[in-house]
Amino acid sequence: MKTEEREREKQTNKAMIRDYLLLGVTLTFAATVLLIFPDRLDIVTTTSWDYFLEMMMILPAVMVVMGLFAVWVSKETIVKYLGESSGIKGIFLAILVGALPTGPLYVAFPMASSLLKKGARISNIVIFLSAWACIKLPQELVELQFLGLKFMLSRLVLTILFVTLMGVSIEWMIKWSDKKTSNSTGGENGAGI
Amino acid sequence: MNPTIILINLFAIGCLIFAFTKDRAKTKQSVEVAVKSFFRILPPVLIIIILIGLLLGFVPPSEISKVIGEQSGFSGVLLIALLGSILHIQAFISFPLAASILESGASISAVAAFITTLTMVGTATLPLEMRELGKKIALLRNGISFVIAIVIALIMGVIL
Repeated sequence: MKTEEREREKQTNKAMIRDYLLLGVTLTFAATVLLIFPDRLDIVTTTSWDYFLEMMMILPAVMVVMGLFAVWVSKETIVKYLGESSGIKGIFLAILVGALPTGPLYVAFPMASSLLKKGARISNIVIFLSAWACIKLPQELVELQFLGLKFMLSRLVLTILFVTLMGVSIEWMIKWSDKKTSNSTGGENGAGI
Repeated sequence: MNPTIILINLFAIGCLIFAFTKDRAKTKQSVEVAVKSFFRILPPVLIIIILIGLLLGFVPPSEISKVIGEQSGFSGVLLIALLGSILHIQAFISFPLAASILESGASISAVAAFITTLTMVGTATLPLEMRELGKKIALLRNGISFVIAIVIALIMGVIL
């Protein structure tokens, strides 16, 4: 576990160095372009500066919220809550737990996989993953800032609605196709997992 | 300073104070995580901000709105949904980008399709998803997500 953590740390450091290099390249590119077209300097710098200010006024707060959740809500808690619930409560929890700001999507895949093996419902897992991907609390805050309340709320409500529908129909489809394959192969377990 | 900025910061401060009264050590650890993530996300944020400046400075709104604006109709939404599925940008930086193309003539539907496919459909993470959850679930989830992203986008175009 320790070495795995150290390995991940090393990789994020590498990615960070790459990102800062990329930033240098972008800056050089922008500077060159603006040297060639000095008449655009004004509009480009004003636009970028406005977006920069807006971002800097919310980003630290968003990061604090993320940091708090990352430390307080452990993977074990999430797995525990999702594994035990079903029905409407299960769907509700899957969305809620998925929406907590607890890391990138690739962290969620192994959790989802172990939950499936433990017998959690496919619908809840699909809803959990999709909520994790696109209904994250810090993302909603940034969306609220840049696109406004109406845009953010209507996209949120529609997403929750359709993601739930999708979870239920994927479960139905997988069960149906498993039943079909297990019938045709004489009761052999044809689960696609 | 607009109300949203104040609200978000108050929310963060509130959470921080609440956490501090519960467990000081954990709160300190959380702030460390926050500082680390801030510097990790800073370069992509700055890159996208520079690109937004160049985009709005050099590409006239009429060009943007021709490709993904109201008059581009369904093909514009489809195009940007495909783009959102392939690109692997963090959601955080997609919002200022989305706001900037909206400002310069993109339609609501196009912007909604872009953000929704960007977060919900992951072509880059698909191999990992297939390995962890099986081909069937992963392909169904990403495929259906693409379709519902477009449906969500079209509905938003109508109601907003």
